[in-house]
Amino acid sequence: MSSVDATGLAHHFEDLEQQHESATLGMWAFLITEIMFFGGLFGAYVVYRTMYPEAWENGSKELDVFLGALNTTVLIGSSLTMALAVRSAQHGKNRQVIGFTFLTMVLGFVFLGVKIVEYHAKWEHHLIPGPHFMFEGHLGGHEELFFALYFVMTGTHAFHMIIGAGLMIWVILKAARNEYTPQHHSHVEMIGLYWHFVDIVWIFLFPLLYLLGRHGHASIGH
Amino acid sequence: MSSTVAPHAAAPRPDLPATDGHAVEPRENYLNVDYGWKSWLLSTDHKRIAVMYLITIMFMILVGGSFAILLRLELATPAGDLLQSETYNKIFTMHGVVMVFFFLIPGIPAVLGNFLVPIMIGAKDLAFPKINLLSYYIFLAGITLTLIAVAMGGVDTGWTFYTPYSSTYANSQVALAAIAVFVTGFSSILTGLNFIVTVHKMRAPGMTWFRLPLFIWAQYATSLIIMLGTPVIAITVALVGLERLFHIGIFDPTYGGDPVLFQHMFWFYSHPAVYIMILPAMGVMSELVTAFSKKRVFGYHIMAFSTLAIAVIGFFVWGHHLFVSGQSTYAGVMFSVITMLVAVPSAIKVFNWVSTMYRGDVWLTTPMCFAIAFLGLFTVGGLTGIFLGAMGFDIHVHDTYFVVAHFHYVMVGGMVTAFFGGIHFWWPKMFGRMYPENMGRISAAIIFIGFNLTFFPQFILGYMGMPRRYHFYPEEWQVLNVLSTAGATLLGTGYLLPMIYLPWSLKFGKVASKNPWGAKGLEWQIDSPPTTFNFDKVPIVTEEAYAYPEGSRHQREAEVV
Amino acid sequence: MQTGIPLFPENASTFATPVDTLYVALVLVSIVFMVLIAGLVIGFAIRYRTRPGSEGAKQIHGATSLELLWTAVPLGIVMVIFVWGTKVWFQISRPPAQAEQYYVTGKQWMWKIQHPTGQREINMLHVPINQPIQLRMISEDVIHSFYIPAFRVKRDVLPGRYSTMWFEATKAGTYHLFCAEYCGTKHSQMIGSVIVMEPADYERWLSGAVAGESPRDQGEKLFAALRCDTCHTGLQGARGPDFKGLWGQKVQLSDGSSVTFDEDYVRESILIPTAKTVVGFQQLMPTYAGQVGEDQILSLIAYLKSLSDPAQGGAKP
Repeated sequence: MSSVDATGLAHHFEDLEQQHESATLGMWAFLITEIMFFGGLFGAYVVYRTMYPEAWENGSKELDVFLGALNTTVLIGSSLTMALAVRSAQHGKNRQVIGFTFLTMVLGFVFLGVKIVEYHAKWEHHLIPGPHFMFEGHLGGHEELFFALYFVMTGTHAFHMIIGAGLMIWVILKAARNEYTPQHHSHVEMIGLYWHFVDIVWIFLFPLLYLLGRHGHASIGH
Repeated sequence: MSSTVAPHAAAPRPDLPATDGHAVEPRENYLNVDYGWKSWLLSTDHKRIAVMYLITIMFMILVGGSFAILLRLELATPAGDLLQSETYNKIFTMHGVVMVFFFLIPGIPAVLGNFLVPIMIGAKDLAFPKINLLSYYIFLAGITLTLIAVAMGGVDTGWTFYTPYSSTYANSQVALAAIAVFVTGFSSILTGLNFIVTVHKMRAPGMTWFRLPLFIWAQYATSLIIMLGTPVIAITVALVGLERLFHIGIFDPTYGGDPVLFQHMFWFYSHPAVYIMILPAMGVMSELVTAFSKKRVFGYHIMAFSTLAIAVIGFFVWGHHLFVSGQSTYAGVMFSVITMLVAVPSAIKVFNWVSTMYRGDVWLTTPMCFAIAFLGLFTVGGLTGIFLGAMGFDIHVHDTYFVVAHFHYVMVGGMVTAFFGGIHFWWPKMFGRMYPENMGRISAAIIFIGFNLTFFPQFILGYMGMPRRYHFYPEEWQVLNVLSTAGATLLGTGYLLPMIYLPWSLKFGKVASKNPWGAKGLEWQIDSPPTTFNFDKVPIVTEEAYAYPEGSRHQREAEVV
Repeated sequence: MQTGIPLFPENASTFATPVDTLYVALVLVSIVFMVLIAGLVIGFAIRYRTRPGSEGAKQIHGATSLELLWTAVPLGIVMVIFVWGTKVWFQISRPPAQAEQYYVTGKQWMWKIQHPTGQREINMLHVPINQPIQLRMISEDVIHSFYIPAFRVKRDVLPGRYSTMWFEATKAGTYHLFCAEYCGTKHSQMIGSVIVMEPADYERWLSGAVAGESPRDQGEKLFAALRCDTCHTGLQGARGPDFKGLWGQKVQLSDGSSVTFDEDYVRESILIPTAKTVVGFQQLMPTYAGQVGEDQILSLIAYLKSLSDPAQGGAKP
């Protein structure tokens, strides 16, 4: 069984520095796998966008740029509060860790709330892919592909945020027990890295889904 | 380690046999340190997790092997008289899924890698022991889901899950199987991640990169492939599952979706996955050939770099699975030339192993017999891979038994042979007992003969034009099919033998010394079986891998007289 | 059947000899390497086996010259194989211009074939000898693969996209036709025969077979029946483009890009008319998805193609 001593050093490491370096490398390695995971989706996006530029343009216009931009701001804000939480942990200020982490969670939930509003609007406009999909009165059409990718990509992203929020509850519980010290705060740093990654994924999703299509060719006549 | 020494650990072990008339009192090791289910199921000791993987994977071999035997029995006659077509299709699918995802991919990394990676680099454990345990349970969850899918009627898409058959037309448990593959992928990812960090951060003092045993290089390269490839198959099967459940259209041509995109995404992982299977086997080979030739490996650096080269180049060859699928000719030409390139580092490895034997002190133990069998079978598999990489040739044999024979030579002839060689080699280290040597040699011989008898006729069948996944086939091919079925019976016997005598040896085998083979490597400097923390004190490495002295000879203490 | 185990399928097309030659060459190279490696392994295992009085291992770190040798030689060999394989590929994948067009529709679990002259058959393909034949293939459901081992050709048949292959049979006889891509329960029964006939026999067969209308004539009727002609009148100011002389031409689209007016574009426009609209026209056309099958689309294509073929009374492109 692995066991941990009073300073937080696990039995199989030589010192805290080795332990911290291992955790950091592990987290970066994990984020690389995450990049490949989203990479599959981005790959599919690029292929279909090249095949059906018009459908992409049409689909993109259905998305609410205001809400998308709002969410971008919210998420960047949450990255800031997360960075502050990490800094607090590095200084062993557990009360501040609780405060900033909580704020990050709140911003995360604001993001998810806005997303729900957007999803609901798509539902009302019959833009959920599947048997009930309608685009400007037509059944089928390549726009459905756009929305399929829109929901899968933003949905996967939202799922990552929910996991992040769950991890933050764990951080808050640990901070409430004053567990973070200047020597031992790897958890917060790792979760911080993860949260910034989730943020960066959105920074790619927002222009690809909401913005790019708007600057396409002259629109087709209706 | 505070509370893990069980009160009865020091009690005499009635199950141990007496040697030379004296009762043996083994010192505390990772096996006897604690008993009871909990001490195993919740263990974060890499060695115990390796043993749990070994048991689980052996069970999966039996499952996948039974499917194989059913397939071969059915194919003994041209008419589909033993099984219904529907059942036959489900059985070859489950044979593929079980063997690929639950044996070939995790086999060497999760069992031998888990056991040996920390020990070979002089560490007490992997960097993340709890994540290691988690990866085992995720693996178990993947198996459970697969078995549920089988119980609920099975899957009939082939292990390749090609769309739109899998996403729209198949009338079987595709979604459940897709979830199972998705889940199992995370088990691989966590193992790979653990190995990467461990090799980077946990090496003992003096263990520089170029003193690492080649087995470690192989595990490292494999872990890189796992980390970069597995997430892509995860998202791909997730899309198939979503398409199936919600009809979102991503691979459905009715909505403009492209079924061939699925093939690209699938093979982006699944071709490198072949290297996930074979690279660790190559790592095992380097250990076996050096230990039983008492020699340094011929060309250490080129062996290490060719491992990395295979891992890297292996990511750019996936399109050779799509020569007749409708990718552009120019893409095909690129994929063909890169496929040719990946053959070169494999050829280098084969020649270097052979050269390692030159002027060695060659001891034909069971592991060495398996190593020699590997050289023969893998060479055939590798050479026929070049056949398939030649585009004009591939058109004719694509999706025929030629391909089936080729990948069985690489995966079964390569990976499984090395796996059995490795299991025999490290068996005394893992369990402290010797296996019966002559039985081992007999099983290696049976496997080699049975394997060739099973799969060589399939090359001819493939060139004659017999498509794979065929339940019925024209009568003129029966002779070769019967030959193949007969070989499969022999092959099955060969694999069953170790599954009987290895467990038998746990109780009745001769007690193993620290280093029954006289081999180099940190794992042979510690007890058999090792203690929980492997090393009493951190080892300091002062020499290169395989630093056998000039004129080394085997003591042959393990030889059965 | 001949006695013994045959090693090659029948040699019945112009591709069989090039593919078999490549195969034999590859087998010979493999035998050389196998004999070399197996000989060395067995030789070393015997010569250097451990035994009382054996001289012990001689430690050799490596030999750069040898390693270079067995990097360079395999590299050279595989590059030759690559070039050779690619040459054979180009031969198999480039149909000659005078090839006769046959249409193939795959569906679970049968092959439907239509001759240029209109005859239809199922799971049978009658072809004349020494005549290049091009198959234009599409699937109604899942991916299939059209495979004739005696001709050494195979090509996946995809849903939603046309694929083509060609061959020229050189020997009269009956040969296996297989589906090579797993397509569901009766995959192994999605088989048939290719019957290669002397030209005279083929003509006799054609006249004896139930001669349907040619695909072009069926397409023309369908064009009227589906009321395509109400918009595609061919007149100035019509609501849809005029197809005369359009086949194979680049068409300007409303979004500024262009597309070739070919099988895939026509098929897509029938099923998803909004996808690519020709410049100057409005999106008025309804979808015909669900109303026309793949066979009918192929007939429509044959008709539209004839409108650009002067030999069939069409306009010059």
